[in-house]
Amino acid sequence: MQKVIQRPLEGAPVGSRKQEAKPKVIHRPLEVAPVGSRKQNRLAPYLFLLPALFFFLSFYYAPFLRTIFTSFAVTDATGNFKKMVGLKNFIMIFSRKDFPVILLNTLKFVPMIVIPALVLGLALAMFANRKIPRVSRLVETMFSLPMAIASASAALVWGLIYNPVIGIANYALQTNINWLADANFAMFSVALVTVWLQLGANFIFLLTGLRGVPEDIMESAMIDGANGWRKFFHITLPMISPTLFFVIFWNIMSSFQAFGQIRILTQGGPGIATRVLVYDIYLEAFMNYRFGSACAESLILFAMMLTIALIQFRFERKGVHYA
Amino acid sequence: MRNPKFNLKSVIGLLLGLMIIFPVLYALSISLMPESFIASYPPKVFPANPTLDNYVSAFRTAPITRFVLNSTVMALSIMSAQVLTSSLAAYAFVYFSFRGKKFIFLAILATMMIPGEAIIISNYLSVASAQLLDSFLGLFLPYGASAMGVFLMRQQFLTVPKEFKEAAIMDGCTDRRYFWTILMPVSMPAVSALAIYCFITTWNQYLWPLLITNSATMRTVQIGISMLSFADGLSYGTIMAGFVAILVPSILIFIVGQKRMIGGMMAGSVKS
Repeated sequence: MQKVIQRPLEGAPVGSRKQEAKPKVIHRPLEVAPVGSRKQNRLAPYLFLLPALFFFLSFYYAPFLRTIFTSFAVTDATGNFKKMVGLKNFIMIFSRKDFPVILLNTLKFVPMIVIPALVLGLALAMFANRKIPRVSRLVETMFSLPMAIASASAALVWGLIYNPVIGIANYALQTNINWLADANFAMFSVALVTVWLQLGANFIFLLTGLRGVPEDIMESAMIDGANGWRKFFHITLPMISPTLFFVIFWNIMSSFQAFGQIRILTQGGPGIATRVLVYDIYLEAFMNYRFGSACAESLILFAMMLTIALIQFRFERKGVHYA
Repeated sequence: MRNPKFNLKSVIGLLLGLMIIFPVLYALSISLMPESFIASYPPKVFPANPTLDNYVSAFRTAPITRFVLNSTVMALSIMSAQVLTSSLAAYAFVYFSFRGKKFIFLAILATMMIPGEAIIISNYLSVASAQLLDSFLGLFLPYGASAMGVFLMRQQFLTVPKEFKEAAIMDGCTDRRYFWTILMPVSMPAVSALAIYCFITTWNQYLWPLLITNSATMRTVQIGISMLSFADGLSYGTIMAGFVAILVPSILIFIVGQKRMIGGMMAGSVKS
């Protein structure tokens, strides 16, 4: 019986425990609601969800399942299923001679981006935290600008900067380095572009985090005589740890997936010096048309990212302080 | 506090800022240099006699206006779709209790953990077999909804007082009318944060349009411009002119909407 009274209120906010306290709410919707609307109300949330669910199911879940399926199969050159091969794709991948190099490249590439992008981003954010007289807004916009630039576009400009003959890099440093074609420098050069791309977002997120630290905490630390580094490690870092956690997580995930700059600057070369997992997946699928093994590789990438994410969330429980 | 004076910190800030945006300024400067000047040694940073020749040649070599048009159509349609699907889904999560609510919400958030590479191949194969390669629909479909969007809008709707809806319903307002005439207008800051973020991300997309567009008339800005760099015999001046041309829209939107976008994303991501 209770239910009958509550039903017409279903449309109202879920958590509204106040309904008993407001008797007038009860009778009016009751008399207005026609019989059919009970059913409609029950369907309503699903109707609201329908458009989003359509896209998530058709373009996230279905393809993900298909990727898992394809990773155990071979296909023809247009991607049509031919036959199941069990774990053969995975065995093939791990027996490839270049695969350990590709994995190692990937595992080198990620920290080469995340660490500098984080340290520089934090340094810039701390610099800009106390307002910069007169030009605060301008400086903040300049610091964060790279976040509006596409990896592909950035690669074009950096490609010119790195040009061994007419590029500015060699001239400014008075060096004679073939930045993108020398195996000793190529990875560094691509990583530098990626750090640059990531820096703007890191700066702006960390700045927002820092500005959220209550002023009085900083002041009382000063009075207690905490010096610069102590204050930094014992107060600033813990206070912004939720933001820091988010930024690190996001940086790791996006570094694993860096693609545009690699394709445009080095195509994974020289040799396979800058070939990371994502680039190899691209080559397998769209240059060699081996969709099965490309799907298997993308699952390996997924497993790597998931493992790192899980480790991070474990850290979060210990190291991140939510106020 | 009084308006503090321009000081050493301001100077350092500006210098650091210039260092960070140096690649963009450099590209701008190169795009204004005549060909012979770019190739001369030592490399120049400032153009001596600025010229717009490179822009003329960029627009002549590549259908840049077409690229811009394609990207605009793609970005606007994905942006509107994401705002709509996210808001509708968020509405269900905030204002209804229903069977499977928690599960569906988690299932949506979980899509954030699936890397693009793990689905892009399958999406490519599906789009190809549906004969949608080289079409706007193909460019659009995989991006019609985003987990971040749903999350962002949900966080926003949670901040709207429930009494708004209670009052509206009592006055005989339907869900649909409440959504369009009250909820969406008061949620404009979050909506624009999502819209701006979505527009810039789509404008900057590379891999998906690279895979599914073939003809010059369907290429998006990033693909079109990067093809300039693979083309033979094209001067750097022309490439940089193309770069500047396609950067202008995204930078303008970024500068105008930056504050809003950051605020919205922070609200969604950190304070959960």
